[in-house]
Amino acid sequence: MGETLAGTGTLVRLGLRRDRWLLSLWILGFAAMAGSSASAGAGLFPDVASRIAAAETINATASMVALFGRVYDPTSLGALSMIKYTAFMTAVLAVLMVFVTIRHTRADEESGQLELLSGGRLGRNAPLAAALVISFGASLVLGLASGGALAATGLPAAGSFAFGLGWAATGMAFSAVAGLGAQLTTSARAATGLGVIVIAITYVLRAVGDLAQPGPSALSWLSPIGWNQQIRAYAGDNWWVLFLPLALCAALVPVTFFLRARRDLGAGLGEQRPGPAHGSLQGVWDLAVRLQFRMLAAWAVAVVLFGVVIGSLAGNVSQFLTSPNSQDLMKKLGGAQALTDAFMAAEIAIMGILAAAYGLGAVNHLRSEETAGHTEALLGTATTRARWATSHYVAALGGVALLMLLTGLSVGVGAGLALHDGSQVGRITLASLAQIPAAWVITSMALAIFGWAPRLTTAVWGLLVVFIALGEFGVLWNAPQWLMDLSPFQHSPLLPVGSGGVVSLVALIVTACVLAALGYAGWSRRDLTA
Amino acid sequence: MTNVVEMTGVVKRFGKVTALDGLDLTVAQGEVHGFLGPNGAGKSTTLRLLLGMLRSDGGSLQVLGLDPWRNVATLHRRLAYVPGDVALWPNLTGGEVIDLLGRLQGGQDPARRDDLLKMFDLDPTKKARAYSKGNRQKVALIAALATDAEVFLLDEPTSGLDPLMEDAFRGCVRELREQGRTVLLSSHILSEAEALSDRLSIIRAGKVVETGPLQQLRHLTRTSVTADVTTVPQGLELLTGVHDVVVAGQRISAQVEPSGLAPLMQALTAAGLHTLTSQPPTLEDLFLRHYGTNTTKAPAGAATSNPGHSNHG
Repeated sequence: MGETLAGTGTLVRLGLRRDRWLLSLWILGFAAMAGSSASAGAGLFPDVASRIAAAETINATASMVALFGRVYDPTSLGALSMIKYTAFMTAVLAVLMVFVTIRHTRADEESGQLELLSGGRLGRNAPLAAALVISFGASLVLGLASGGALAATGLPAAGSFAFGLGWAATGMAFSAVAGLGAQLTTSARAATGLGVIVIAITYVLRAVGDLAQPGPSALSWLSPIGWNQQIRAYAGDNWWVLFLPLALCAALVPVTFFLRARRDLGAGLGEQRPGPAHGSLQGVWDLAVRLQFRMLAAWAVAVVLFGVVIGSLAGNVSQFLTSPNSQDLMKKLGGAQALTDAFMAAEIAIMGILAAAYGLGAVNHLRSEETAGHTEALLGTATTRARWATSHYVAALGGVALLMLLTGLSVGVGAGLALHDGSQVGRITLASLAQIPAAWVITSMALAIFGWAPRLTTAVWGLLVVFIALGEFGVLWNAPQWLMDLSPFQHSPLLPVGSGGVVSLVALIVTACVLAALGYAGWSRRDLTA
Repeated sequence: MTNVVEMTGVVKRFGKVTALDGLDLTVAQGEVHGFLGPNGAGKSTTLRLLLGMLRSDGGSLQVLGLDPWRNVATLHRRLAYVPGDVALWPNLTGGEVIDLLGRLQGGQDPARRDDLLKMFDLDPTKKARAYSKGNRQKVALIAALATDAEVFLLDEPTSGLDPLMEDAFRGCVRELREQGRTVLLSSHILSEAEALSDRLSIIRAGKVVETGPLQQLRHLTRTSVTADVTTVPQGLELLTGVHDVVVAGQRISAQVEPSGLAPLMQALTAAGLHTLTSQPPTLEDLFLRHYGTNTTKAPAGAATSNPGHSNHG
């Protein structure tokens, strides 16, 4: 054991040195977000009556339950204030931990950095062990810091640390999932994609499970994100649930080390097969499509599955509202159709954000190709800069559009079947297509950053998170309207799409064009950098 | 004869670091031009400027009479490039990459491609992630050599190749010269540049410090002389043009400038000369002079008696 783990400590120090800003910022960010949300909640819901009213509204609104889950104790300030952080931000945290874990496992292996280090006194299992130590440790520190921040706002300490440790344990569980994924694929991109898909599936599982009456059903208990909700911090503090994610770690980590021991450095589980001796790629367009295809295919499958599930829930939405109170609310909101629409609109808006994330990732191929040195080989031929950049940019735009089309069709078909109403397909698809321009703005923003500040291309993800946070929490934070209007998603028309949205759609497309033009201008005048 | 590459006073800065500091370089049509310098001297930066991948901060540069920054597509149809550090898409096969680069270049000769694959002994069905450094280098070389470009910009093209493959590569370069094509070959491998180049430019710290045909550079430098004598004469190191005198028993070795050869021979003959070996200066000597680096060949004291190149000639 000592032989295969030799050098783990050195690698942990190296990893912490490389990630010192990234990890500190994320930990501080999460703790600050939790604390500020708790204090905002105290101001918003000063007495028990206001809490009960808010909690019942959330629990009675299917889109809220699907997105955030339920408030398990309507009188609890903590449970109500942290509802958006229990599932949604936990998924964001899980993505972060997947990213950190892959960065120190498969990414280093793929880039050859690990080969350089492996020449030294370094055990075979040391890189994996070090990556897990870093991501487990970061999860724990993040959880404890957030628990402390919550307790500091005056919320009950037990609930605060139950919440914080819930984050920590969930972060660990997804780090373990990522560590396993890193053994299966040969590229960091594929490994990250695998992790994100697992997160998406667990998120949907718990959404469906939470919507069951009376929720949660067994499906919620199949999902690590569901477990985090079932800890029910501030609403009973089920400490024992913390053992579920830890047990998952205890199960996955040995399997991961076992798989690592079976394979060569740099290899995945599959064996290398010879490929064609002659290439059919005709140019940069084919190449861009080839490089983006796998990712797009995986996203397309996920989107269709998600869409059908969400669509099929359409029939259930108004059934939630059984109490006289909520029946009343329903009437005020415009009847069953309006409620179903609001639910669908919220889900489609989320899909729009996810499609934007896809577009952002796809455009960032430009930067990863550049740093990998591939661009140098291509630009050494008769390919122009503009042509090469266009290949990835247009492929990204097309991918975004395809994903939203698939979203619309799958949600529409699901809803049409559930409501026995074929006309749903058309109007839901239209609403889904209306999300494309906002996603294109994000895609084009990535191109602009690539043109002017290539080293900051990954920071666009941060900007996307800010936009999402503004949309989700802006009102809660009392953010000024102009700030919230900066987010392109704020301007996407929602279901039912009327003619009123055309102006903002045109404005979004113009914005995307301006950003793209800016990106091309920057790219055409900067040096190729590594 | 027209010049294919013309660089005058080219400056390139990366932030505060000046990579090229007024670089002058001309490559005539149809010649193989060796571009020699140690790591970090600015060889790759120069080539990337010539390809329009970097933008110059001063001076003028032209390739085939075109501005490489503005006329990328026109220019690149006529030139081929092999990067110093070849990075390939890990999930494409070597064959796919060669074909892709060839098509982007504007077409390659399929028969020539297959010949080159045989000559360099490369399996085109392997995925690029399975290639060694040398094999990745071969992929880029084959892709470039299979085109009918007029100008070849090769950045340390043999790094990672074994001697057999280096030989095949040299054959290819000679063939290119016979066909009247122009080759700019950057290298820190002296024997390679020496064997292939018509003319050489030596770059040091972002400046070309010497340029010309090999013979011209050779006569500027010293000859390495080793002699066995009966009685070791005194004061050899005081002769003008004689440097780094080392006496080991009856054996004397020294580095001699052309002007110092005659007086040294007289002194050695008078001392009872048995055996004499004199070697023409290798490019290693050129390097030693230009970069002032001490190796085992030159004793530690040599640096002080090693004036700048302007004092020679």
